[in-house]
Amino acid sequence: MFFLADFDVIRPDFGLLFWTSIIFILFWLLIGKFAFKPIAEALKKRENDIQSALDEAKNAKLEMANLKSENEALLAQAREERAAIIKEAKEAKNAMINEAREKAKEEASRITSSAMLEIENQKKAAITEVKNQVGGMAVEIAEKILKRELSGGDAQSSYVSSLVDEINLN
Amino acid sequence: MIRFLQIFFFSLVLSISLGAQGHNHNHQGDGHNHDHSGHNHDHGAHDGHNHGSHDGHHHGEKSHSAHGGDHSHAPTCGGDHHGEFDPGETAFHHIADANVYSIGPLQIPLPCILYAPKKGWDVFMSNKFKFKTIGHGDGSKAYNGYVLDGGSIRRVKDAGFPEGEPVINGFIHHDKKSYVCVGNKMYETEAKSTADGGLFGGGITSFYDFSITKNVASMILVVLFLSWLFLGMAKQYKIREGMAPKGKQSFMETMFVFIQDEVAIPFLGNKYMKFLPFLMALFFFILGLNLFGQVPFFGGSNVTGNLGVTMVLGILAFIVTNMNGNKHYWEHILWMPGAPAWVKTILTPVEVLGIFIKPLTLMLRLFANMTAGHMVVIIFVSLIFIFGELGENLVGGYGTAVASTLLTLFMMSIELLVAFIQAFAFTILTASYIGAAVEEHDDHH
Repeated sequence: MFFLADFDVIRPDFGLLFWTSIIFILFWLLIGKFAFKPIAEALKKRENDIQSALDEAKNAKLEMANLKSENEALLAQAREERAAIIKEAKEAKNAMINEAREKAKEEASRITSSAMLEIENQKKAAITEVKNQVGGMAVEIAEKILKRELSGGDAQSSYVSSLVDEINLN
Repeated sequence: MIRFLQIFFFSLVLSISLGAQGHNHNHQGDGHNHDHSGHNHDHGAHDGHNHGSHDGHHHGEKSHSAHGGDHSHAPTCGGDHHGEFDPGETAFHHIADANVYSIGPLQIPLPCILYAPKKGWDVFMSNKFKFKTIGHGDGSKAYNGYVLDGGSIRRVKDAGFPEGEPVINGFIHHDKKSYVCVGNKMYETEAKSTADGGLFGGGITSFYDFSITKNVASMILVVLFLSWLFLGMAKQYKIREGMAPKGKQSFMETMFVFIQDEVAIPFLGNKYMKFLPFLMALFFFILGLNLFGQVPFFGGSNVTGNLGVTMVLGILAFIVTNMNGNKHYWEHILWMPGAPAWVKTILTPVEVLGIFIKPLTLMLRLFANMTAGHMVVIIFVSLIFIFGELGENLVGGYGTAVASTLLTLFMMSIELLVAFIQAFAFTILTASYIGAAVEEHDDHH
């Protein structure tokens, strides 16, 4: 210990012991109570908050994923339904067209047949009328011939031919 | 590794300081030469152990008449002495506590609180001693029987010392004793009262110094700064709850969380909250003072390198550990379960010793590391003056200045690291001691 007499720092001074104790214990108790503990608690709380926020985000993500798959299922279902509806509509359309076609055909044939009938009737009526007219004319001619019978044979035949000329069947 | 380096440097420093005592008695040419006769050299301690070799080769070459007188005769006041540069003494002086606060060469007075059992209390500012603002902290006046010698208060031992405020001519340090000169008369002064029981050259004397010394002032400054920092931080956590940390918060949070997560929680488990304030206070108190002491020209207070300070911290660590020791802890110390009886008789004394050795090592580790660091830096700077022979050898002076600046730079960067490492080591070891004391044992092994 020869050199230590000058080595002041190795000799604990009562004043320094006293003040160090006071200052350090005050620092420990006061700052410990008003700063270190609150800081540690705030840090702990923040850690928990961050953890729970992360957990929440994870849950939200999971939920989102669930929702998405649900949506997709819904969408697929909707798509299927749409296809079914379209198919049905197509079928209905085809059925309607066919029906209409049938009906039109029927109608047309009906119209044709009634027109034929009419034509036949008209034809028959016309023929009847022609027959009647021809009969009338024949009677008339016969009448006239009968009126002019007396005047000679030649005259008669020329007369008949003029009558015939008169009868224009136009 | 760094510790090893420091121990190496520490021994180097000691050998330089002791060797220098013998070889480098150079004349100091500044304004300090008047009556400060023996003040800067010739410290009792060095004389005490170095006498033989000292006298042997010293007188032949470099001494002058006045100097020789210091060794062969009792020193006298008013002699024509020259101050000399002694790096050992310089280093010891710089790391020591003082009753003035030195910023560079500037001396700032501090409050003195003195108690002498026979005389009572004396409370005054240290500028009562009329020391020079720019100087070495020697008081030019005495006050109530106290004098300021090299920044430290001493009490005059001899009766018959003039009352009031006599003018002091100088201080003499000779053969382990210090003297003060008033007129042409020499009066012996007492050393400080110290709690080393005379082991390290101190002991209880007739007065106690409870002054706000340089170390106490530094401690107050650092603690105030830390309080401001942490109270502000705690406030920010309150008002900025749920927001990202900012400013002081983000600055200190890293270290706070580091100590909490790497020191407190691993060793103390779920009981960490109870001991967190103590560990945090230890870490930041030590770290703050370690770093504060590194600032050049700002006192350079060697607070954590003072055994008194580390002793208080060690004792508190001891108290906290053993006050919280549970049944298992004491069982393991006093009567190790599961060990054969003859082993127990060996184990118990070892374990009981261990209780005291643990805080003792805490105390010494911090003290030695910080003091060694301060001394190495001071000695590196002193090298300039040794080799420059105080202005007489310019080549030596400038050459060493370059080398020693580089060395000092290197040492100071290491010291910066050491400041953190030592604060961390003290805290983590304390945490491990407390952890061992409060640990719940499930199995008996």
